Parts: sequence; structure tokens; C-alpha cells
Amino acid sequence: MNATYVARGTKLAGRKLKNQMIIMTARDSVLSSLNELGTAIWDAADGVTPLEEIVERKVCAEYDVDRAEALKDAEEFVQDLAGDGILIVSDQPIVTPPSGDKAGQSHATKAPEAAGGQPA
Amino acid sequence: MSSLMQELNQSALDTGLPLSVHLDVTYRCNERCVHCYLDHDDHGEMTTAEIKDVLSQLADAGVLFLTLSGGEVLMRMDFFEILEHARALLFDVRIKTNAFMIREQEADRILELGVRSLQVSIYSHRPEVHDAITKLPGSLKRSIAGIRLLRSRGVKVIIANVLMRQNLSDYAGVKVLAQELGAEYTIDPTITPKMDGDRSIVGMGIGGNDLRQVFRNPELVGNVEEFCAPPPVVSDDVLDETPCSAGHTACYISPYGELFPCVQFPLPSGNVRTQKFIDIWRDSTQLKDVRSIRARDLPVCSTCSHVGTCTRCPGLAYMEGNMRGPSTQDCEKSFSRTGVVSANMILKAAARAKSGLVQIAGLPDSTATASTRTPAVYFDSSGTQSASV
Repeated sequence: MNATYVARGTKLAGRKLKNQMIIMTARDSVLSSLNELGTAIWDAADGVTPLEEIVERKVCAEYDVDRAEALKDAEEFVQDLAGDGILIVSDQPIVTPPSGDKAGQSHATKAPEAAGGQPA
Repeated sequence: MSSLMQELNQSALDTGLPLSVHLDVTYRCNERCVHCYLDHDDHGEMTTAEIKDVLSQLADAGVLFLTLSGGEVLMRMDFFEILEHARALLFDVRIKTNAFMIREQEADRILELGVRSLQVSIYSHRPEVHDAITKLPGSLKRSIAGIRLLRSRGVKVIIANVLMRQNLSDYAGVKVLAQELGAEYTIDPTITPKMDGDRSIVGMGIGGNDLRQVFRNPELVGNVEEFCAPPPVVSDDVLDETPCSAGHTACYISPYGELFPCVQFPLPSGNVRTQKFIDIWRDSTQLKDVRSIRARDLPVCSTCSHVGTCTRCPGLAYMEGNMRGPSTQDCEKSFSRTGVVSANMILKAAARAKSGLVQIAGLPDSTATASTRTPAVYFDSSGTQSASV
């Protein structure tokens, strides 16, 4: 299974208020809020740390959850946010997050079947 | 307004969070609009470094919504450096500009930087009217060219149409122009006094029958019956409400670092050049005073049938001499909208009658059909008509 990499979208606004990330997308002015776990993944979405490692460090180390289930949930979560332009998801490290919708689309290439996969 | 936005606003109000800041980066402008409330000379604007530091402080304080305005923002050579810093700090940025100086390069940068929207003032679809108001020949043509460049890149543009005597007959033409450009359209029927209190420009605004006609145009206000409905019976809850977001969840910072509750509320509350933003926001005596005011504390307005639906601007009231007093321009708007006179108007008429100058006319029954509140269409703190946040 390929690794999944996540980076923050470039055309959005956001602020962490009371440990929750509030995000506004510039494209459609939709306001979203991430819960504590979602905010932890957002914070760690540097484009180069594999999602599996983020889940290991930010979720499994902090919460009593099954590792495979946590990764599956995280995969679905990041794909969902990628659909709204909040995160960029790729099977390659995202060294320089691109700007513009065109680039954002080209990087949202995570294969859907991998979302249900098990960690290596 | 979305429920999450309502929740965010309420949370900001409850916790004293400065959710929105309007920052004028300059008062300099290439236009000289006849109704402008600003002095366009540079009296010592904040430097690039000062503005960047203020923006960082605002982000730390929790500010999410940032309006960058002027003057004309592009009169600053460092504007894009400021904008880039603001976006790196993840502000939701709105820009007010006349778009005169927006060419391909500027439009590209604005797109790249993910600005939410640009608001451009257009006074008429006819150059001879628009350019006479801006006193800049060719300004309509250039502003439209700028808007086209932005729209061709998919950037959201809102055309703000300030209504005054000079251009009153042109709003339909501006609306058609906005549609053709793919821009949103709002009207603004309020001319505000100058920042120094000079009210000489207020007379350029429309009033009386003209305002009444504007408020009865369904193309501008939507459902006229709802918009112009008489005010509902005033409840205790209404009297416990705060007048507006100025000083509560929003504030204004001038190019010289002065902090006011709102761009339209020039109550000096501190200066970010000499104090930390968060210290002013938390401890300013003036802001605390503004925050203490509830509708029931307004000696005249609390007795007025319009208190729950009036667009009363505390800043305009302040410029009339008392931030707890009525704002006569908003009284006139409430009257023009509903046909129901305000408590302030009654008091003034009574004072004149006492001096033997006029006879008071009978009042319409304001409670007879008072069942519908003013709809979502309203006029915000800058007088701009809005339909959402």
C-alpha cells in the first residue's frame, strides 16, 4: 500500500479557537470547524509526514483506539476535507503546497480503494 | 447566516473575541469622491513592518475576518507584501478598492493569494456621472476593466453602489452592469459625516420620498411587504440586546494605528503603535464603555417602537454627540421604510411644537399589524445592504 500525504489547502482562511480549527474556504465561503482530533491532523498536515505516522503520533498515542480503525477513519476524514479544498491529499510527499485550484485538483489524487486499507 | 457562523459570532461575543478587524492601510487615494469622509493626506502611516506586526498580533488574538481598505489600498507600494503576510496568517481577507490600478499582474496576485472578495464602489454606469463623483476622468472605464480582469480569473467582486442625489436615477443601470460583469450588487444609501465630525457632506445623501421609493423597489430589497413591515411589539429580550458588533467582536484600525470600535465610530480607544492590540482590546476604558451598552440603556431609542429592527448605528449617534443617543439618519431610514415615526422624531417635533414652530401630526398605529420582523436584508455598519454575514 502506498503512503498518504496531506497538506493544508492554500485558498482558505482559518483560526484555532479553543483548540478547534475554524476554516473558511475562499472558493465558496463555506465555514467549517474541525474537532480536536481533526485539528490535530490539520496541525500535522505538513505535506511530508505520512498520514499513518500522524495517526500513530496524534491519535493512537493520545486515545485508546484501534490503530487500523483510526487510520481508516483518518483516510476518510482527509478525503472528505480534500473534496472541500481544505486539505490536499497525495500519494507523494507534497513539498511545496501548490496555489490555485488547478494545482489543488492535480494533487487530490488519493486512490479511493486505499482508504479502507490496513497499515503495512 | 449559517448556524456555524451564528455559533461563532455568539461564542466570540461570550468570550470577548475580536473576530473581525477592518484595517485601513492608507487614507491616500487616487480618487477624490465628493462624498468621502476621509482626509487623503498622509500624516504618518504605519510602516510595512508595523502593519505586519499588527497583523501577527491580530492573528494571535483570534481575529479571523480581515478587511483591508483605505483610501485606495494600491496606493501603498507594499500592499501585496502586506496581503501576502495576512494570507500567510490565514486571515479571511476582503479588500475594498476602486480597482483603478488592477491590471493583469495585480489580478493574478489576488487570485493566487486566495482573497475572499473585493468590493468596488461604482456610482453610475455612465462615465459622466461616475467620473464627476470620483473627480477622476476615466475612472469608470478603468474600474470596470479592473473588475473584468478579476472576474475573468473567478475572483468574487461586489459592486457597492452608494446612492446620493447625484446618481439616484442610475442604480438600475449599475445593477445591470454588475450582472453583465458577473459581480454581486449592493446599495448603500448612507452618506456618513467626515471622521473629524464635519457633517457638510451628509446633505448629499438621499432622504424622504427618494429613500422611500428605494425601499419599495423589490429588485433592491426583495420582499417589499416584509422589508417595509411595521416594527413588531418590543420584547424584553430586544432591550437586552447589544446594538451591533462594534467594539464587541469587531474593531477598526486606522493607517496611523488608532483603534476605534468601527470605521464609522471614531471613538479613540488606543493606538497599536504604542500599545499591544490585545491590551487595548481587553482593557480600553472606551471599549468597555461601548460594551456596557444595551438597548434598554438608550434613553430615547429604548422607548421607540423601532428599537428591535432599526439599523441604528452607535457610531453615527456618537458623531451626532452621544453614542447612547439616536442616529437621526437611521431614524429617517426606519421612517422611510415603515412609515412609522421614531421616538426621536416625535421628541424633535414636540420640541419644535413647544416653540410654536410646527404642529404634530397624528401617528399611525404602529402595533396594528406588527407581526413580522425586518427580514434578513439589512444595512450593515457601513450602510451597505447585505443579505448574509
